[in-house]
Formats: sequence, C-alpha cells, structure tokens
Amino acid sequence: MPQPLNYLKETASQTAGPYVHIGLIPAMAGFDIFEKNFSNVLVTPNTKGERITLEGRVLDGAGSPLRDVLLEIWQANAAGRYNHPADRSVAALEQEFRGWGRAGSDFDSGLVTFETIKPGAITDKTGRKCAPHVNVWIVARGINIGLNTRLYFSDEEAANAADPVLNLIEQPARRSTLIAKRSERAGKVVYSFTINLQGPEETVFFDV
Amino acid sequence: MNAQATALQDPRLNRPDPFTPPLGDGGFFQRDRSIHPPAHAPGYKSSVLRSPRQALLSLENSVSEITGPVFGHNDLGPLDNDLIRNYAKDGDPVGERIIVHGRVLDETGRGVPNTLVEFWQANAGGRYRHKKDTYLAPVDPNFGGCGRALTDDTGYYYFRTVKPGPYPWRNYVNSWRPAHIHFSVFGSGFAQRLITQMYFEGDPLIPVCPILTTIPDKDALDRLVAPLDLNASTPFDSLAYRFDIVLRGQRSTYFENRTAGN
Repeated sequence: MPQPLNYLKETASQTAGPYVHIGLIPAMAGFDIFEKNFSNVLVTPNTKGERITLEGRVLDGAGSPLRDVLLEIWQANAAGRYNHPADRSVAALEQEFRGWGRAGSDFDSGLVTFETIKPGAITDKTGRKCAPHVNVWIVARGINIGLNTRLYFSDEEAANAADPVLNLIEQPARRSTLIAKRSERAGKVVYSFTINLQGPEETVFFDV
Repeated sequence: MNAQATALQDPRLNRPDPFTPPLGDGGFFQRDRSIHPPAHAPGYKSSVLRSPRQALLSLENSVSEITGPVFGHNDLGPLDNDLIRNYAKDGDPVGERIIVHGRVLDETGRGVPNTLVEFWQANAGGRYRHKKDTYLAPVDPNFGGCGRALTDDTGYYYFRTVKPGPYPWRNYVNSWRPAHIHFSVFGSGFAQRLITQMYFEGDPLIPVCPILTTIPDKDALDRLVAPLDLNASTPFDSLAYRFDIVLRGQRSTYFENRTAGN
C-alpha cells in the first residue's frame, strides 16, 4: 500500500428546501429577527458605475416559474475588480461595494430582482479580457446541489464574442442562454433574464 | 518516440533553467460529484422538473470563482448565534436545549477562518416559522429558528438552539423528514459555496428519508450525521452535537497575503 494522502472529502450538498428564506432572508418568511440583513441591493449611494436592475425568472421543466428559488450573485465593481484579496488586478477596489447579494423569488410571480451596477470587464490570469458578467448561484427545493451559471450583457456584443467562457460553449445557440437583455423602463436600465432548468432553451450551467 | 524514451531523456536538454515546482493557480480542487446527490433523483420528486439535463460545462477556475464575498463581525448582531434568545418574547423556546459546534475545514484539513455560517431549522414540534408552512404543529412564540456565526481563526463555530422535531412533507403520502438543521457556508471563494443539512445521531428516520437517500455514497451520508458530543455538553443545561463541515480544497498560488491556501 502506498502512503495515504489523507485528504478530507467535501461535505455532501443537500437541498435548501422550501423554507430557505427563514435562514437567509427571514423577512420573506414573514418575520424580523436580525439587526442586519443581507439583501438584493448591492449598491450604496457612493457606488461607482451604471445603476442597473437585473430581473428574471427561473423556469422548471414544465415552463413554470420557481416561486421558492433563491439566487445569489457575485460580481466585480465597475472597474472590473472583485472585492476579495485573491483579485490582484490593478483595477481600483471599492471597499464599500461588496459585490454580493441574494434574492428570493416573488411567491406569486417568481420574479427575482437585484439592484446593482454593471460590472467592468475583468482580466484573467493570462491577461485576456473577459466580458463583463455576473456570477449566479441558484438553490431551491428540488435542487440537490447549487447550480452555477453566469449572466452576460446584451449590449456587450464584441466583448461577449471574444469571451473565453462563452466560447467554451460548443453550440453557439446555447451561448445566448447566458445573455441578459438590456431595456429601459421609466428611465432605469433593466437587464432581463430567464434561467431554464430544462428544455430546448436549457441554460448553460457550470461545474466550477 | 515512445513514452519510455521520453521519460529517460535528460530533462536539461529541453529545459535550460533548473526545475522549480509549478505555481498553483489558486483554483479549487475539482468537485467530486460522486459524493453529492445527483441533480435528477426521482425518489425526491421535486428534483425531477428542477434538474438540468445537459452536462455541466467544466470551467477552469478564474478570478470569478476563486473570489467570493467577505463578511465580518459588523454583519452580525450579538445574539445571532443564540437561537434560544434571538427571538425570545416572554421566555425560552420549548424543546431540548442543545449546542451545535464544529469546524469548517477544507479538503486539505485546514480550518477555514472568518467565514459566514448560516443555519435554520424547524422548532421542537417540527414547525417552521415560515408563512408557507402549514403543518399542524404549533409555531413557538419564542423561537425564530435561524442564526449565523463567523468562524474563528481556526475555522471553529458554535451556536445554541433547541433540537428540531421531525415533520411530514409531501413526497410520498407518509414521508417524514428526520430532525435536521440547514447550513449555508461560504468559504473563501464563490465556487466553495455550499448548502447542506445536519442530522442527529441515532435518528431512525435517516435511512428512510427520500432527500437524504439521494446521496449515493454511504460514507458521504454518514458525514452529515452529527454525533452526540457529551464532553462539550453543559451539565444541567444543554447537550451538544458536533458537526464539522468540509469545503473544497484549494491549490496554492504565488499571491502573497492569501486568505486561503498557503
């Protein structure tokens, strides 16, 4: 027998269940308990960058919106810098902008919204520019292990066409499942998205 | 040329500089999906329409995955890890008083420091304080059922609560969840994000739970079961259960001042 490597094994995932709001967004469960709460608003008045609303739904294999889903997003600031010590890029850090938020879907419509800023392009290890994107993590009843995907922006056509991750997707038609569509509503910029868990338009999910 | 010949060749012929170990890229160890429940697990009926059918696209970790949100004590309140007190209105909640404690580790065995751990659960009667829960067991006026903690420098966390009760749910007509506490853990990078559930040693509902038995690996299932930890109990006050959580390991990087890895 060779020497044992003795790595530990990752703890197994389990579904977040239908009552995930109790722990992560108690106000949605119907009560107030913590002094400070996390939310779907990533911006403060001082945040630099273009204010945007991300708005979308997660649809099941029957085309119905999940009304008990929870999404988290993680993104760079407008300069393309993540607020984390492992991002060593020269882009300017904004201490006040954490770059993370969570939102539960509306119990009736299934709509999920985030108030944030459009992130800047980031530079990968090899110096390539990556198109602006928001990293998305999805949990819900019936989802046994959190799903990872990304949202890109419809008005970044040239950057998207050159993006190394989008170009990893073998079928060009599937790349569009990650593109949020820009529109303006009452003077506000809205990017709309649909995450399809199954079907011909199934969203590309990543094993990160 | 065959492989054997290549291996015997003097490496200096092709490598003018002395060999130095390759620098890690800071990526996380590849997730071993065989120890996780599959997305599509028909015995857990809700998973059928909520599971992707295409293969996941494997991504080499970039800065988007090795970074993640950083939390601090400013994000928490003083009672956040005390579920016996954090929603008490006119007394303590009903139920067996317990302490849950353990470490958040990564697959190399290192503690994951300063990471956010969130937890939520039903009350002692198996009822959640949630507007969508209609189980006939009563809501406890003194129990909210959620809390959170930051791990210390060694990855250690603890909280106090009451032991949750089992409850029925609509899967089969007579499906019951074993007593459990939900956990949400961040780690240092977004690719370590994990939600899981902790179960209690000796619970006879564990082997018949349609959710728990989606896990194909017996050892992985056993690692979700917290043993009674009598040594950590508080005599005449609370029993204790120990629950360690392991997040993905990480390759080291050439970065200085790292928060994880080496």
